Amino acid sequence: MGDCHGCPANSIATLPPPPGFGAPPRRHIVAIVGPPNSGKSTLFNRLTGLRQKVANFPGVTVEHRMGRVKLEQGRDVYVVDLPGVYSLTPRTEDERVTHDVLSGKMKDIPRPDAVLLILDSTNLSRHLVLAAPVLSLGLPTLVILNMADDLKSRGGELNVPELAMQLGSPVALISAAKGIGTEKIFQFLSGATLGAAPTAPLIQLPVIQDIPKCRAWATTIGNKTGYHAPAPPLWTRRLDAFFLHPVAGPLVFLFVVLAVFQTIFKGAKPLMDAIDEAIKHSGHWLGQLLPNEALRSLVVDGIWKGVGSVVIFLPQILLLFLFIGVLEDSGYLARAALIADRTMARFGLQGKSFIPLLSAYACAVPAIMATRTIESKRDRIATILIAPFMTCSARLPVYILIIGAFIPDRNLVGGFLGMQAAAMLGLYILGFVAAMLTARLLKSTVLKSRRSSFMLEMPPYRWPTVRSLALRLVDRSKVFLYRAGTVILGVAIAIWVLSNLPLNHGKPPAIEHSITAGIGHLVEPAIKPLGFNWKIGIGLITSLAARETMVSSLGTIYGIEGDEHSPGLQQALRQDLTLGGAVGLLVFFAFAMQCMSTTAVVRRETGGWFWPAVQFAYMTGLAYVCAFIANRIVTYWS
Amino acid sequence: MQVSVRKNTSSKNDRAKNLTELKPGEAGVLEKLDLPDDDAQRLMEMGFIPGHSVTRGLSAPGGDPRVFRVDGSEVALRRETARRLILK
Repeated sequence: MGDCHGCPANSIATLPPPPGFGAPPRRHIVAIVGPPNSGKSTLFNRLTGLRQKVANFPGVTVEHRMGRVKLEQGRDVYVVDLPGVYSLTPRTEDERVTHDVLSGKMKDIPRPDAVLLILDSTNLSRHLVLAAPVLSLGLPTLVILNMADDLKSRGGELNVPELAMQLGSPVALISAAKGIGTEKIFQFLSGATLGAAPTAPLIQLPVIQDIPKCRAWATTIGNKTGYHAPAPPLWTRRLDAFFLHPVAGPLVFLFVVLAVFQTIFKGAKPLMDAIDEAIKHSGHWLGQLLPNEALRSLVVDGIWKGVGSVVIFLPQILLLFLFIGVLEDSGYLARAALIADRTMARFGLQGKSFIPLLSAYACAVPAIMATRTIESKRDRIATILIAPFMTCSARLPVYILIIGAFIPDRNLVGGFLGMQAAAMLGLYILGFVAAMLTARLLKSTVLKSRRSSFMLEMPPYRWPTVRSLALRLVDRSKVFLYRAGTVILGVAIAIWVLSNLPLNHGKPPAIEHSITAGIGHLVEPAIKPLGFNWKIGIGLITSLAARETMVSSLGTIYGIEGDEHSPGLQQALRQDLTLGGAVGLLVFFAFAMQCMSTTAVVRRETGGWFWPAVQFAYMTGLAYVCAFIANRIVTYWS
Repeated sequence: MQVSVRKNTSSKNDRAKNLTELKPGEAGVLEKLDLPDDDAQRLMEMGFIPGHSVTRGLSAPGGDPRVFRVDGSEVALRRETARRLILK
C-alpha cells in the first residue's frame, strides 16, 4: 500500500546529536489528536508501552499524558496524548488544552513537531471534520484511520492512497487495539520529526469555523476516495437492547455493582493472605540479619510493619481499578451515564457528572481532572466539590481493617452477599448519598444555574484490550507503591522515632510515655466524643497526608506495643475501641477530606484556594458531627 | 418555544415536527437547531447538521434522555434539547 503517499521526499534530514555530546538534543514532540472514542489512548499505549510518565490518573485522557516512543537508530520521540475533541474551537477545557498544545501556547510543552491525527475509520465522514482544522495548522500530520478490523468486518471500504493524495498528508489504516499497521506510524515518526514541511492538500480546506461546510468537505473527500461506510454495529444494537432495557438495564447495573463489591472482598483474599505471609516472613528474616536491637525495631516494627500494612491492600485496589477499566473501555460507562442522567438531574447535576464520580471510586484526583468534559462551569465546580465523598480506594484499607475487626463474617441474602461486604456497600452508599445531598445543596444555592444540557455520544461496545487494562494496573501499582515508599514510609519512620523517645536510661520508653502518646493525649479531648482514643488520634493526624497512612500508623503503634504473641492489628483494635467508636471512625473516614493530593488538584482546577478551603471545612465538619452522632447511636443501642 | 410558531411548513403535517415526536426507529431530516449558539455548535460537531437524517433509538429507563442515530453515531439528548431540534 502506498500509505506514505505525500510523505515529503526530504524526510530523512540530519539526525539530532547523540545524547551526551555538545548541546542537549532537543526533545521531539508529537501530539496525538482525535475525537472522543477514536482510540487515542489505545494508540498511545500501543506506541509507548511502559515508557509513560507515571500519571496520577487512569484511563480517560483528560490531562495530557506524555510517553516515549523508541525509534530505530536509538532515537526517541515523545508523544503527548491530548483530550478527545470534536473541533479545535476552544469551548470546553479539553478543547482548550488541545488547542493550546497544538498552537504552542501550553506552558512546559513546546509546539509539537508533528501530529498524529487519529480518526475512526468506521465513521470517517464525520471524523474527517476534525481533519480540516488540524491540517490547517500546517504541522506534518499523519492521518491514522483506526478500527481497520471493524471497517473490514462490517463491509466498509476506502481507497487509502487516494485519501492521502486528497489530504496532502500520509494516511495509515490501522487497528490500534490489535496492533495491525502500526509500523507505518513508526516510519512516520522516524521521518517527520526532523523538520519536514507537509505538502499542500489537493483539495481546498474549508472555512474551519463553519461546521456544515466542513462536513460537506468531508463528504466530498469521502466520495472521491471511494469511502463506503460500514454497516451499523449489530452487536452494539443487540447489547443496548439489553443494557438499556427499561427493567433489565437498571437491574444489570445493580448486579454489576454488587458483584464488584463481593469480588473485592472475597476474590482478593488469597492474594492478600499471601502478601501478609510474605511480609511477616521477610520481616522475621530481616530481623535476624540485624544484630542491633534499636535498628531491628526500626526496620521490622517501624518500616516493615508500617509500610507492609498498607502494601497488603494492593490486590484489592488493583481489582477495583480493573473493574472500572473494563466498564470504561467496553463502552458500558456511557450507558451508565445515560441511565443515571435523570437521577443526577434530580440533584441538579447531569449524566456527564456520573463518569467522574464513578472514577472517583478509584481516586478523586483523576476524577476531578475528568470533570473538564462538563461544559457548565457551575456543574463542574459542584462535581469537583462532591467527588471526594465517593469512596476512593485509599479508604479501602481503613474500611477493611475496621470492618474486619468489628463486623462478624456472616452470610446475608442466601450467601450471595456477606455481612462484611454489605457493611462496605453501606459505606459506599453513605458517601454517595452525602455527595448527592451536597450537590443538591450547592446547586440550589451558591451554584444555582439553569438546567444544563446533556449530550453524550454512545460509543460502540468494544472488547477491552488486555494491554490497556494491564497498563492501567501497572500504572496504579506504581502510584500506590510510590506513595507507600515515600509518604507512608516517612510517616512510619516518624511515628516509630516519636514512639521510641524520650529514652529512659538509654532504653525506649513504654508506648504510654512516648512523645507519640504525648501528642495523642493532646488531641484526645477533641476526639473523645467520637469514641476515639489517643492512638486513633495519631492515626487521624497522619491520615491527613493520605488516608491509608492511618493503617500503617496504627500498625506501627500497635506493633511496638505488642509482645512476642502480638495479636493482629484487628485483634488489638477490638480490645481498644468500642463498637460505637469503630462505627464513628468509619463514618468519619467516609466524610472527612483527608488527602493532600486532592486538595492540591482542586486548587489547581478551580484556580484558587477558596473552593478547596470550603471543601475541607465542610467535609471535615460534616465528618466530625456525623461521627459523633453515629458513636452516640451505636453506643446507646449496644 | 418557536415550535408552535412555525406552522404550515410541511405539507404532511400542519406544524413542524421536532425530534421528540419521532417514534422508535422512525427517521426524519433535520431542518434547524433552535438552540443557543454554543449548544448548536456542539450538536453539529456530533453530527446534528441540518439536512442530515436523524433516527430515534433507545432511551434511558423512563424515556429520557433518548438516543438518536445521526451521521454514523449515536448521541443521547435530554428531552428539552431534542425538542429544539426541528425536523423538515
